[in-house]
Amino acid sequence: MRYIPVSCEQREEMLRAVGVGSVEDLFGDIPESVRLREPLDLPPGVSEMEAAAALRRLADANSPATRLVSFAGAGCYDHYIPAIVDHVLSRPEFFTAYTPYQPEVSQGTLQNIYEFQTMVCELTGMDVANASMYDGATAFTEAALMAARITRRTRVLVSSAVHPEWLATLETYAATGVLSCERVKADAGATALADLERLLSEGDEVAAVLCAAPTFFGCLEELERIAGLAHKAGALLIVATDPILAGVLEPPAVYGADIVVGEGHVLGSPMSFGGPGLGLFACRAEYLRSMPGRIVGRTVDADGDDGFVLTIQTREQHIRRERATSNICSNHALNALAASVYLSAVGVAGLESVGRSCVSKAHALRAGLLETGRFSAPWDTPFALEFALVFDGDVERMQAAMLDHGYLAGVSLDQVAPGLAPASTVLFAVTERRTDEEIGSFLKEVRAL
Amino acid sequence: MTRRDQLAPESAPARGPRRLIFESGSPGSVCFEAPATEHPGPSLDEMLGGRVRSHPAHLPHVSEVDIARHYAHLASMNFGVDTGTYPLGSCTMKYNPRLAEDACRLEGFSGLHPYQPASSVQGALQLMGSLSAALAEVSGLPGVTLQPAAGAHGELTALMLFRAFHVANGDARRRVIIPDSSHGTNPATVSMCGYEAVTVPSDSQGNVDIRALREALDEDVAALMLTNPNTLGLFDPQIVDICAAVHDAGALAYCDGANLNAIMGLARPGDMGFDAMHINLHKTFATPHGGGGPGAGPVCVTPVLAPFLPGPIPALGQDGRWGLTWPEHSIGRVRSFMGNFGVLVRAYAYILAVGGDGLREASEQAVLSANYVRQGLKAAFELPYDRSCMHEFVLSAGRLRRENGVRALDVAKRLLDHGIHPPTIYFPLIVDEAMMIEPTETEPLEALDSLVSAMLEIAAEAKTDPDILHGAPYTTPVRRLDEGRAAKRPDLRWKPDGE
Repeated sequence: MRYIPVSCEQREEMLRAVGVGSVEDLFGDIPESVRLREPLDLPPGVSEMEAAAALRRLADANSPATRLVSFAGAGCYDHYIPAIVDHVLSRPEFFTAYTPYQPEVSQGTLQNIYEFQTMVCELTGMDVANASMYDGATAFTEAALMAARITRRTRVLVSSAVHPEWLATLETYAATGVLSCERVKADAGATALADLERLLSEGDEVAAVLCAAPTFFGCLEELERIAGLAHKAGALLIVATDPILAGVLEPPAVYGADIVVGEGHVLGSPMSFGGPGLGLFACRAEYLRSMPGRIVGRTVDADGDDGFVLTIQTREQHIRRERATSNICSNHALNALAASVYLSAVGVAGLESVGRSCVSKAHALRAGLLETGRFSAPWDTPFALEFALVFDGDVERMQAAMLDHGYLAGVSLDQVAPGLAPASTVLFAVTERRTDEEIGSFLKEVRAL
Repeated sequence: MTRRDQLAPESAPARGPRRLIFESGSPGSVCFEAPATEHPGPSLDEMLGGRVRSHPAHLPHVSEVDIARHYAHLASMNFGVDTGTYPLGSCTMKYNPRLAEDACRLEGFSGLHPYQPASSVQGALQLMGSLSAALAEVSGLPGVTLQPAAGAHGELTALMLFRAFHVANGDARRRVIIPDSSHGTNPATVSMCGYEAVTVPSDSQGNVDIRALREALDEDVAALMLTNPNTLGLFDPQIVDICAAVHDAGALAYCDGANLNAIMGLARPGDMGFDAMHINLHKTFATPHGGGGPGAGPVCVTPVLAPFLPGPIPALGQDGRWGLTWPEHSIGRVRSFMGNFGVLVRAYAYILAVGGDGLREASEQAVLSANYVRQGLKAAFELPYDRSCMHEFVLSAGRLRRENGVRALDVAKRLLDHGIHPPTIYFPLIVDEAMMIEPTETEPLEALDSLVSAMLEIAAEAKTDPDILHGAPYTTPVRRLDEGRAAKRPDLRWKPDGE
């Protein structure tokens, strides 16, 4: 079989060395009653050439957003990935390695994570960051659990203006009874401050207030006011942020965030149908020992040379078992590597250029869509690269017609987030990959609808 | 003074990885910028409602060649499956086929947006459906979710399903039983799911002490979490009785699928009586570990539990078109979007290439290779359980420690000087000075022989010159690192000069 480099003769030699007549003899501990007597009901193996062709056929049965003119976002974005990123990721020394348990031969992975942690701190303005989590949604949820550990409270208030799938993930975890999770109403695409104030003033003491900036609707929150309200109640403020905007947008730390999380796939990882993503996780220094996940630190070796290791491990499951800060024992190291390479490639000037390009084109598209007369604005809250508009017709038909012309005309909130916005609301995202010409021709198609 | 220090020119680069990406390049260097855009209208700060960034982040200022060289240097300090033998027990470090790497990079997969209309992602949904069916067949458990991002995430998902199942039956239970040989993620998951962990001991043969298990089982126990084959690399022959005892108490049996690589096509956890299991695609199905992830931890369950699975789930409609559905009593979401799709593509590519027959052959060879290495090492090291093993086995360096003052850690570090990645050490916790060795089926015989002779050489060295082992490794990019200092004086990020 392919990928087994042992010949039949070698197999015989191994059986003799082990002292058994056949491989069968090695499975004697498996009770007869559960031995599988029939072959697995799966197709037999095929040549690499045939497998490659079958995979290509499946890939070709899709119309990837990257080949369309896409205005779809809602938590997953079509940003440009510089060529160098995948070339670095394709080095087998990185992608065929395990978690860096043997630091002497894992300095590549470890140093990268140290550099990645630095970059996450720089983007968010926070003091410390971990080696990453699975995705934004699980980082968000882990942040709520961490706040509960720190404050020894279990009630968390989460803004309805965060990504509905992140909110759903948090609620699934909370349903086990470890947290009690209440939704704060959304107003005009952002957290309803009056409702937050009301919830903070009644009921049990609150561990954390969770919100997103930008929100799921692309809107920018009044973070300073939310922080003030949360802190007055002794609660931590957890902010989900979009790291691609860190070159242009004031980081959450400036407004008083205690824990900042984010979806980091936008930094050098492809959309890939929404996964793997990259959970960013950063906090204030005083909460370091309550953080979930892997953390890398710099130290010295026996010769006094610099080196890196996994550290502060007494928080973790392999030592603390049932008293660990989380059950997580991995991270998305390869996506973190993509993020480091991406951020090195763009630097602060490039990141600013990407942010500026997204924001200005998004504002141009919104103005253009309003001008067509087919869309109206549900609110006028400031936004960055994503915005919601209400269509005056059948959204599904409009999107189908646009798809025929090669456009992904935003994300229908009736489908993705029913009840969170007025009926027929469409969420449009614009990345630096969209050209002025594409925006212009899209507007032309809308006018022709 | 080492020979290297004597002979290297003075200008030779420093040995340690001292230069950070932040200290490379030169101010003003940049590799990628978005094309400038001219849009009349409000300023950036106005568009952002007065939230424009006031102090820029400190990011590297490097050109593309600086990046290429920096990461080439980092790569040179890493050890992967492609570098050499990687017998890290419990981790299944098998070769990662390049077919799968190419497949996940096809634009028809990598360029998909999760909210595209179903009509434009039929191939992706079909792939997910086919992968689910294959995992159901291998596990013997027909309900499948591909959502969980990792093994630990799969464990958590399964316990959430169990909780939802019990609650739906009006049956609040509080405890979960785990054997003392379990992975640390098991008890951590139990706590995270709001349950209390109860540990049962293993018997003298390394199996579950079934009498202790029966005593611990009562109407307050929600589940048993069991790895089978277990973390000693042993298949528990009482497995059918164990699952039956669990069910008799009204509890559910969970299989930690970390060791599935031993039994594919030979036996199925569903047939043994397990109600759910997670599968580590990054172990059993050859997707790369990526230096810590991303992996994927799909969960397979019995038909009774299937209505509780997290969503969405790909399903073939009566019209012959693929779509996404939600199970009737779904626990909800455990993450965003569709799971680690890029990893799912790789696993499917592997299954497609090797086929059902190839999966069985992989398990047979993995078990034979482990027994072959075990046979070669049993005389020089202690074997706490002298039974034929499955795809991995556990040795003890206890005798070396007592007689020569050499620990499992020293053996592991010395292996690095042989160009071999060490086994998992100090796990499972129930074996003194444990060394857990899993060669996998993709290791050539010559490499297995080299592993055995390196271990034997080290065992001999322990008797003649133990200090060599205490100081090892000598040939790696860095020597033993001061972990105590790292934890006591945390240096977790670079800071610009003067901060």
